[in-house]
Amino acid sequence: MSKTKPDDNKEKALFDAGVKEYSAEGRFYYDIGYKPSETHVLAAFRLTPQEGVSFEEAAAAVAAESSFSTWTTVWSDYLVDASRYSARTYEMKSVPGHPDQMMAYIAYPLDLFEEGSMPNLMSSIVGNVFGFKPLRALRLEDLYFPPALLKTFQGPPHGIHVERDKMEKYGRPLLGATMKPKLGLSAKNYGRLVYEALRGGLDFTKDDENITSQPFMRWRDRFEFVMHAVKQAEAESGERKGHYLNVTAGDTEEMYRRAELAKELGSRIIMIDYLVAGFTAFASLSKWCRENGMLLHAHRAMHSVMDRQQNHGVHWRVLAKWCRIVGADHLHNGTVVGKLEGDRTSTLGINEMMRLTDVAKVEDCPGHHFDQPWLSMPGMFPVASGGIHVWNMPELVSIFGDDSILQFGGGTVGHPWGSAAGATANRVALEAVVQARNEGRNIVPEGTDILKSAAKHSPELRVAMETWKGITFEYDSVDALDKP
Amino acid sequence: MKTETFSYLPALSEEQVTKQIQYFLKNGWVVGIEYCAQPSPELAFWSWWKLPLFTARIAEEISAEVNACKLAHPDSYIRLTSYDNVQQKQVMSFVVHRP
Repeated sequence: MSKTKPDDNKEKALFDAGVKEYSAEGRFYYDIGYKPSETHVLAAFRLTPQEGVSFEEAAAAVAAESSFSTWTTVWSDYLVDASRYSARTYEMKSVPGHPDQMMAYIAYPLDLFEEGSMPNLMSSIVGNVFGFKPLRALRLEDLYFPPALLKTFQGPPHGIHVERDKMEKYGRPLLGATMKPKLGLSAKNYGRLVYEALRGGLDFTKDDENITSQPFMRWRDRFEFVMHAVKQAEAESGERKGHYLNVTAGDTEEMYRRAELAKELGSRIIMIDYLVAGFTAFASLSKWCRENGMLLHAHRAMHSVMDRQQNHGVHWRVLAKWCRIVGADHLHNGTVVGKLEGDRTSTLGINEMMRLTDVAKVEDCPGHHFDQPWLSMPGMFPVASGGIHVWNMPELVSIFGDDSILQFGGGTVGHPWGSAAGATANRVALEAVVQARNEGRNIVPEGTDILKSAAKHSPELRVAMETWKGITFEYDSVDALDKP
Repeated sequence: MKTETFSYLPALSEEQVTKQIQYFLKNGWVVGIEYCAQPSPELAFWSWWKLPLFTARIAEEISAEVNACKLAHPDSYIRLTSYDNVQQKQVMSFVVHRP
């Protein structure tokens, strides 16, 4: 941007035009010590400015570009009250071990946002500002929703308590499995896979995130065979079962068409890839689910694109928070012990944030920056899946507690005797661990004993334990919490 | 036929059931007893054996009621349930007697 030199012969400028520093006095974007009111939305950003740009200017620029301002002063600024719409950086903190970064805390006035619209909020807070040139990188680490804004959303269509009552499942984590291989199965073969896993003792089976309606298996055929399998497994086992039918589609009209058929066929639950479908489609489907008594499972495909790098993007805890506020009943949240990314402490903090219905305090939710009051908004089941097997059961139950869904895909279908036996092995292991925990035993150190003694009554479990003995996935997490 | 929690384990002995009841009481939950001659996945409500045992403080009181229920309904399934009045929901259910 080049400033033109004022020409003495020209008329005096009608207003104070040009480019000002965002942190300049008289502007509001950098206002350390400002006390946000109880209605402000609060954001914690990890800033990495370009060389030569001060933290002060970078923080002010983020506040400005994500709220009121554009790059230059415009005459129409003078028609509005900038103090009312400006976001303000009210606190800065250093980041241990990262001298090139700082944490900026920014307060956004409530008037910036439309009620009940996550896309609107996202367009401001994680909009253009992420490509802003003075910044080398920018990451949204946490976001606080004031009660006044939170209450304009209804959250999960049903939540943990209602789902337990609808499914008649109490006092233990729920068990699920994703059907494998991901792609290529015919609808009837797929239905067979569902039937075997459910009759063996799982509560849920699941479509993979990239199963929609490909040439090898069109959605209508899949839905029909799957629901046949679910009903047959229920009749034979005497237990309630479900399969997450993925209704993610190329357009929302088609999405609804699929949801309607799932309902007509008697499905208890459907599924959406909430990030790739987009927040408008996700919000609409969530409302449809509430209206139709349908549980909603959310898969987080694409999240790693946004949340994996420590210095740029949107932290998973924010994507998860958005999911709860817009509304799903289940959400995938890493496993801690399996094959997928997930720093253990951070994952546990997000589990608690997803489930607490009173206030999710920072001390109970490690990694968070703000206490989040949930005002009785229903909690979501965190789903643990990816590379887990029977040997992980004691640790999983200990870490996740009862209000979770443990999904053993390979750990079910990979059983040498088939998926019914794999499902039984998982169910026996789960129930043995829960029984032992309730009896007051220390399930992690005593885990091997508990599993071995349960296997005496279950040949399925004995074989599963032989198959997966010694399988672990130990890699350092790319995105771990900052060391204090 | 399976009956949800603990139905994939060998039937719990009286001593094992007592330990579970102690766990419920320790959590401050109210324990109830339900029975049903023909359970099915569609059936949400089984018959209550009396009201939930709001005043029971020791496992033996509850075991005695389970035995009384067995005598009165030997051909029914009998399950123990628990309610948590802080979380305001049912928190447990498992079958302790099969016909």
